[in-house]
Amino acid sequence: MTDSVLNSVILLTSLGVVAGLVLYIVSKKFHVHENPLIAKVEELLPATNCGGCGSPGCKAFAEKLVNTEDISDLFCPVGGNDVMKLVSEALGKEVAEKDPTVAVVRCQGSCEVRPKTTEYQGPRSCAISALIYSGETDCQYGCLGDGDCVAVCQFDAMYMDETTGLPVVITDKCTSCGMCVEACPRDIIEMRPKNKRDLKIYVGCLNEEKGGIAKNACAVACIGCSKCLDICPKDAIIMENNLAYIDPEYCTMCRKCVPVCPTHSIIETNFPPRKEKNVEPVKTQNDA
Amino acid sequence: MLRTFPKGGIHPPENKLTSSKPIKRLPVPKVVYVPISQHIGVPAEIIVERKDKVEIGQVIARSGGFVSSNIHAPVAGIVTKLDMIVDTSGYKKQCIVIRTDEKNESNYQRVEYPLKREITLSPEEIIQRISDFGIVGLGGATFPAHVKLNIKKDRKLDYLIINGVECEPYLTADHRLMLEKTEEILVGIRILMHALDVDRAIIGIENNKRDAIEAFKNLTEDEPGIQIAALKVKYPQGGEKQLVRALLNREVPINGLPLDVGVVVHNVGTIFAIYQAIQHNLPLMERVVTVTGKNLENPSNFWVKIGTPITDLIAEVGGVPEGTRKIVSGGPMMGKALKNFDVPVTKGTSGILVISEDEASRGEPKNCIRCGECVSVCPMGLEPHLLMNLTEKTLFEKAMQEDILTCIECGSCSYVCPSHRPLLDYIRFGKSVSKQLQSKKA
Amino acid sequence: MSDQPIIVSASPHVHSDRTSKKLMYDVVIALIPAFLVSLYVFGISAMITTVVAIVSCLLFEYLIQKYLMKVDVTISDGSALITGILLAFNLPSSIPVWMIVIGSLVAIGVAKLSFGGLGFNIFNPALVGRVFLLVSFPVQMTLWPTALENNTTVVDAVTGATTLGMIKEGVQFGETMTELSAKIPSSMDMFLGITGGSLGEMSAIALILGGLFLIFRKVISWHIPVTLLATIAIMTGIFWAIDPEHYANPLIHVLSGGAVLGAFFMATDLVTSPVTKKGMVIFALGIGVITVVIRLFGSYPEGVSFAILIMNAFVPLINKYFKPRRFGSRIKAKIV
Repeated sequence: MTDSVLNSVILLTSLGVVAGLVLYIVSKKFHVHENPLIAKVEELLPATNCGGCGSPGCKAFAEKLVNTEDISDLFCPVGGNDVMKLVSEALGKEVAEKDPTVAVVRCQGSCEVRPKTTEYQGPRSCAISALIYSGETDCQYGCLGDGDCVAVCQFDAMYMDETTGLPVVITDKCTSCGMCVEACPRDIIEMRPKNKRDLKIYVGCLNEEKGGIAKNACAVACIGCSKCLDICPKDAIIMENNLAYIDPEYCTMCRKCVPVCPTHSIIETNFPPRKEKNVEPVKTQNDA
Repeated sequence: MLRTFPKGGIHPPENKLTSSKPIKRLPVPKVVYVPISQHIGVPAEIIVERKDKVEIGQVIARSGGFVSSNIHAPVAGIVTKLDMIVDTSGYKKQCIVIRTDEKNESNYQRVEYPLKREITLSPEEIIQRISDFGIVGLGGATFPAHVKLNIKKDRKLDYLIINGVECEPYLTADHRLMLEKTEEILVGIRILMHALDVDRAIIGIENNKRDAIEAFKNLTEDEPGIQIAALKVKYPQGGEKQLVRALLNREVPINGLPLDVGVVVHNVGTIFAIYQAIQHNLPLMERVVTVTGKNLENPSNFWVKIGTPITDLIAEVGGVPEGTRKIVSGGPMMGKALKNFDVPVTKGTSGILVISEDEASRGEPKNCIRCGECVSVCPMGLEPHLLMNLTEKTLFEKAMQEDILTCIECGSCSYVCPSHRPLLDYIRFGKSVSKQLQSKKA
Repeated sequence: MSDQPIIVSASPHVHSDRTSKKLMYDVVIALIPAFLVSLYVFGISAMITTVVAIVSCLLFEYLIQKYLMKVDVTISDGSALITGILLAFNLPSSIPVWMIVIGSLVAIGVAKLSFGGLGFNIFNPALVGRVFLLVSFPVQMTLWPTALENNTTVVDAVTGATTLGMIKEGVQFGETMTELSAKIPSSMDMFLGITGGSLGEMSAIALILGGLFLIFRKVISWHIPVTLLATIAIMTGIFWAIDPEHYANPLIHVLSGGAVLGAFFMATDLVTSPVTKKGMVIFALGIGVITVVIRLFGSYPEGVSFAILIMNAFVPLINKYFKPRRFGSRIKAKIV
């Protein structure tokens, strides 16, 4: 009896010692030397591994930051200027400062204003349905509504609005990592400056077709009428392929273009209500 | 034992409703919509302007490169617009709109050209004319025909294979053409044999077209160079690689072409177009289209001008039947579902299939039960369930290691899946991403 | 033209009318002959065992999917029904009802749904249920009612050992096969199913009939059953040829125990078997070898269940290494 107890104690102890020794030797022999700075920088990064910086994860980005001489064109969109400042202090290298941006959905083609002319059957993925045809509506530039952007968002900053069938960005949660921009086969999502109080004015349409055709497909399409172009005091609007685009760099948020748009395709968000009573307020879908 | 390819394949219900219907000529449409991208490769460049008067057969868009093709005016008339309209790809594409000149006689002439046997042109002239006359593969892939014929001198080539398989259910365009233009096709084959300098040709025809096999056999009895091969009915035998394997027991290598095993394959429709171009100076302006569907009043085969809106074809067979939920350009296995009825017939349109509600709906996808049915029917020896899985998880590198790019998109896997999984939908997506990745690397 | 918009979807636009549901119900049909034989042999207790197993499998699937996993309930797809029948077929008819319920819970809850449901399980659910019971309640699981003695009343555990059990015990006590052959049922009885054993495993003829139906309906391919039975026959044949007094002849091995049931219905389970034909052969070969090793040298008289479960674990590996040959891999493309 005592023998078997003793035997097993000896056996297990020696097993433990041998295993420990092996582990020790292996960890010494195969030790990988790593620049301690990398771990330090990685600590500073937000650890979301979203890939918004262009590197396949925070660790890879930290390595890149440490190993690159000039890091002024590297930026962590999730951490923003605060994190980049810390990185700059830790590494003693110059970093760029960028205005915070946020994702906006440049399509207002809800089920109501953009009637479905066909029915798609197949996997619910924008990328897959885009391979087959131009989508359930007659607009081949607008949102496909299958939510690839929502699926890739790691920050729960997007959801599909059931009534409109369009994705909505929750601006407070959006880290501007840019995954949704890449996921969208239609390039509908754009990163625009967040500005103070999240004020934004942008054209909620990408339809390049001529006015009548665009309007037929979708009631709130940009018809390329150039009215906004004429009224803009700062020349911030570019008109190309029957489509207006508001350049955020020049836009001063004067809001003059919004009421003149005959199809209400220019969206303004988070502005105080207008004083003039005769102007119909424009519905926005991207307020959340 | 009839010959066939050994691995995979399926046998869907044939439903060849129109195999006994002679090809009728569709009345000349009032307006034709001619897309400039009707072939694989670079779109053609438009060389006409609005309000231009065009003659029948005039080049209206010029080939945009080596892998591209000229496009000819299928009718005489006036260019009314250069417009964007939805074509078979499901997207709006550039197209030339021509209003038919009703007074112009050439639109209505019904010249039945007499059979012309002797070949007067040299091989170089033949290939040049095939290129000039906008001839592309009419089997559906629409690969410019002259590209396949421009063969470097050092490549060994010993067989010309003529694809008369038409393995897609419902379609009978090639079948009818083989019956009605048997001699012309044989002359076309001789033209190509002359141009390619090969002395052996095989016509592969599936055994459900006994009459076509007999017709060819009767005419080639004393011609040892041209062989007629009856094939077992099995989809996708019309695929180039499967056909070469079935006829010659040669396996086209991965990422290779039939030329790698000394073979050039052409569809019978293409051969007839080549005959017309070489012997009668006719560019590719019309083709045979099967208009079919179980609920149609009078499904038929037609000679159709390129650019004719599909509405015109359906009106001719008795209109859109009650309960139609899907229209397909091409066959049910590989055809493309169309977005509306205004899509024009292009060089690749082999059929228009009208499908009713109960046939159109896809089953609700369920869990994969790993029955392996997709694996056993895949003619390329792939594992569709695995490829779908990898694509779903966006593991495209891995999918490429599993040879996702060799998939010929025949749809056999989706056809047999008892759980109605959208296998090909995902594989197609995986292929397109993998191709992008590959070209990025290169 | 109907009022609804036209449908656009990717090709192919036609689909075969085979559905996974139909496959499942084909399996159920194929199991009917074996069930009828067990009704004849064991009487009402066979009915009770089968019904209890089916009902509890369906019930557990329903309850777990609805209240625990909160997913769509899939009891109508037929897979839980098959699990129930196969579990019952692997139990002695004298087993207490509460044990059947526990076996069903393990089969459905642990082996199937905890992996994610139909299609995701690695191990054959019915076999996991059976083996769980066998390991937990070895006494009740190896008490076999003697054939044809109790087809009118339910008798509590009258025992006659199974053929394999008798051989194993006999050989251990030094009896020779000649002495044993007097005790064990004749091959003909085993073929027809007039013998002791689990509910559905005795009648080779009924099982083969069902199996042929499945092969005819293309639910299963011949590769697994043929390879499995051939492996068992050849391996036991070799031992028998060396020492016929010590080892039973291959016919006894093939016809007794769960070999035929396993070959046609358990090992061929679509979810837990390899996808390629090559893989299926390797898989069945493995099951055959392990079965024979357990039967001849292990402590259990029967090893088909264990063998199938062990090989189930190898299926992902088999799928990885036994791939179909890619078309065109015979020669390399010339670089043009």
